[in-house]
Amino acid sequence: MSTQPTNKPNDAHDGSGSANTWPSLGSEEYGIDILKVQEIRGYETVTRIANAPEFIKGVINLRGIIIPVVDMRIKFNLGTPTYDQFTVVIILNIGGRIMGMVVDSVSDVTTLSPDQIKPAPEMGTAFNSDYLTGLGTVDERMLILIDIDKLMSSSEMGLMDRMAA
Amino acid sequence: MTIDISQFYKVFFDEAEELLAEKERLLLAVDIDSPDPEDLNAIFRTAHSIKGGASTFGLNDMSEVTHVLESLLDRIRKGEMALTGQHVDAFLAAKDILKMQLDGHRNGADVDQEAVANVRMMLHDLSEGVIVPTHQPTVPSFLHAEPKQQVAEGAHRYKIELPDLAKRDVDALVDELGLLGRVSVVPLAAGRTALIIMTHESLDDIVAICSFVLDPSDLKIFEAPPLTPEQRAREAAERARIEEEQGYGFFDPAEPEDASAHEPTEDELGYGFFQPIEQIRREAGIVAEAPPPAPVRPEPLEITEVAAEKKAGKKASEGSHAQGAESSSIRVSIEKVDQLINLVGELVITQAMIEQRSSGLDPMLHQRLLQSVAQLTRNTRDLQESVMSIRMMPMDFVFSRFPRMVRDLAGKLGKKVDFITNGAATELDKGLIERIVDPLTHLVRNSIDHGIEMPAARVAAGKSESGRLFLSAAHQGGNIVIEVADDGGGLNRERILAKAKENGLAVSDNMSDADVWQLIFAPGFSTAEIVTDVSGRGVGMDVVKRNIQALGGTIDIRSARGFGTTILISLPLTLAILDGMSIRSGDEIYILPLGFVVESLQPVRADVKEIHGQGRVVKVRGEYLPLIPLYQMFNIEPRLTDPCEGILVILEAEGRKAALFVDELVGQQQVVVKNLEANYRKVAGISGATILGDGGVALILDVAALLRSSRQLSDESVLF
Repeated sequence: MSTQPTNKPNDAHDGSGSANTWPSLGSEEYGIDILKVQEIRGYETVTRIANAPEFIKGVINLRGIIIPVVDMRIKFNLGTPTYDQFTVVIILNIGGRIMGMVVDSVSDVTTLSPDQIKPAPEMGTAFNSDYLTGLGTVDERMLILIDIDKLMSSSEMGLMDRMAA
Repeated sequence: MTIDISQFYKVFFDEAEELLAEKERLLLAVDIDSPDPEDLNAIFRTAHSIKGGASTFGLNDMSEVTHVLESLLDRIRKGEMALTGQHVDAFLAAKDILKMQLDGHRNGADVDQEAVANVRMMLHDLSEGVIVPTHQPTVPSFLHAEPKQQVAEGAHRYKIELPDLAKRDVDALVDELGLLGRVSVVPLAAGRTALIIMTHESLDDIVAICSFVLDPSDLKIFEAPPLTPEQRAREAAERARIEEEQGYGFFDPAEPEDASAHEPTEDELGYGFFQPIEQIRREAGIVAEAPPPAPVRPEPLEITEVAAEKKAGKKASEGSHAQGAESSSIRVSIEKVDQLINLVGELVITQAMIEQRSSGLDPMLHQRLLQSVAQLTRNTRDLQESVMSIRMMPMDFVFSRFPRMVRDLAGKLGKKVDFITNGAATELDKGLIERIVDPLTHLVRNSIDHGIEMPAARVAAGKSESGRLFLSAAHQGGNIVIEVADDGGGLNRERILAKAKENGLAVSDNMSDADVWQLIFAPGFSTAEIVTDVSGRGVGMDVVKRNIQALGGTIDIRSARGFGTTILISLPLTLAILDGMSIRSGDEIYILPLGFVVESLQPVRADVKEIHGQGRVVKVRGEYLPLIPLYQMFNIEPRLTDPCEGILVILEAEGRKAALFVDELVGQQQVVVKNLEANYRKVAGISGATILGDGGVALILDVAALLRSSRQLSDESVLF
């Protein structure tokens, strides 16, 4: 069962480390900067967008605004995507744009100190290592830390029109 | 037909007030030594907009002042004159005069005609005399209160001990002497005062001025030694401290761009550090209670009042008008309204859920709960209606301003114009309506002034004597298109190109017409030969384009020599309400904008024909229309693939017709258009999205794009 992380880490700004939520995709655990997370919701019916790539599930109504929902499991071929009561949508706020990201579950909120973060090797994950900030270690578990800003704004995701200069 | 334009006065007043505030802000921020041309243009545009509005409403006094102001600004903007501090002061003074006139029209407040005349004179002088003396403390009467720092150098410093005088007399004297140089007031014992004046003028002049108020024999005048730099520095520090205490720190000295504005203010505040209270009281506009004695000339006092107002920034003027100007409406930011609308939308959905869940309850046992729910339903609906009505307004609100304006303008120019509007009922978001007014006004004026020819010329060209001016609005292809069309002379390609070269724009003779027409949107571009009160300075189109772009829209010109000009403004639908038809295909629901729907029908098998490799066509009333299966366009898992079992919706856009094959029609409803681009991106074939009653999202089809791509149906990549 996923635990609901609070959206206000106590020590996100202590300078020594960054608070992270741990979404898990398939068998791997990932960490993203909690300050990019606006809220976490259950998965609800999305409206499909015709002719969009498969990983873009569609759009939903988030209190009156229309936001796209992407499924990273499809994008990065991580396991078989299932949609059940544990499936969670992390609502991200990337540079003022709101979007949803489907993950298997959210397990924890933690603060990583710099010495817990190791540089990412060039291989071994489904993500292009450009989007990784490093690997975190927490109690023998490994977290793949993602630069979610960079990932979501990338042209690879196709979530935004070409950014006007 | 009489048209009541009084309802628009308020709009104009509000707009003018905003423009004046904007102008002041820009003036205060402008860097005198190297002004940003964009800022100068912006200042000029505010003046131009006020002038336009004022003359529309026949407020001639305001349009006269702005006209003079504009002429001067125009010369500065074109680089014919260098911007000086004097100009900025004069512009600020003019701004205050305009504000006063505005309040005069709005609240019936007193307008000081003397001050108006003075400012006009001053502006006129400034624009006439190309070489404005850099420091000339006496001539522009208005500027007496802020002589340059340089005045002090090499000037004489006199101390004038006055006999016991009423405060008002002292003030009058200070003002008069202010024409000669810098004056400060020093209180002496026994209620008497002394003035210290720094001037180049001779002692005789001072005595002559004083004799207006009092007997020269009562005067004691000494020549005082000039201030040492130390003293001056001490004074400056003291002044700064006093300003701080008095809350006059609104010109933040820390901000470099305000430095220019800051300096004269300090100077104005007076020279002596011993007397700031009185000076400040005067600046704050508090009129002395003492009864006015006979020989005082009132004019200079009035002028100083205006100057004082300016010195105190808006503070004094705001204060004195605040009570009178309580208005019956408030201006709220669009974001707040949007937020409100979204919240109400949520509420409606929640209410629908409660209603649905309570519908299963036993009406006998839960009678009171059900009653409350019914009450909630009614209240929510009312609330939603009122909230929505905040934003939506018919285009009529804009259109109905024009007939009078067109009539007056045509009369003024000796032209005959028939004014025709179409689509006045098209509803448009209030935010858009408010911001489309200015551009449209400019376009309509331009059409009448430049577009439509004089009656004689029209007859000679074989046209009817009176020109026609069309104004129309319609929903089209996911946009609102507003069209301003005239059947006048059209744009003159050669003249535009010649003018563009003159203005140093990069042009070539073999540019396409469309590119040439775009040139008229460059700032300072006007093809009119004479600059008139109506238009011709070339700001109009510049403003128009800027405003339209700010709304996320585009502007296009079509013009044919001798046949007229059509200007098309296309605005995005964001937040506009749309009459939609919801349709189903497979499991998905889409919204079709009703404006494109011609009819819907179920075809008989014989009417559907296959064209090899080209898809299918359907024969409707003798016409063969391409058949577009929506499920195929959008990769929907189909329930029906046979058009004869489903429904064909005949659509028409951009002169093209086609039959869209859908499973069924669900209903017809008004939907609020939300844009997808805010958080996602543009999607081919989709113009927006809306939220359905159950909280789900339905996409709105972009009919024009669908019809355009219908020919390449077989090619799936066409949508990307």
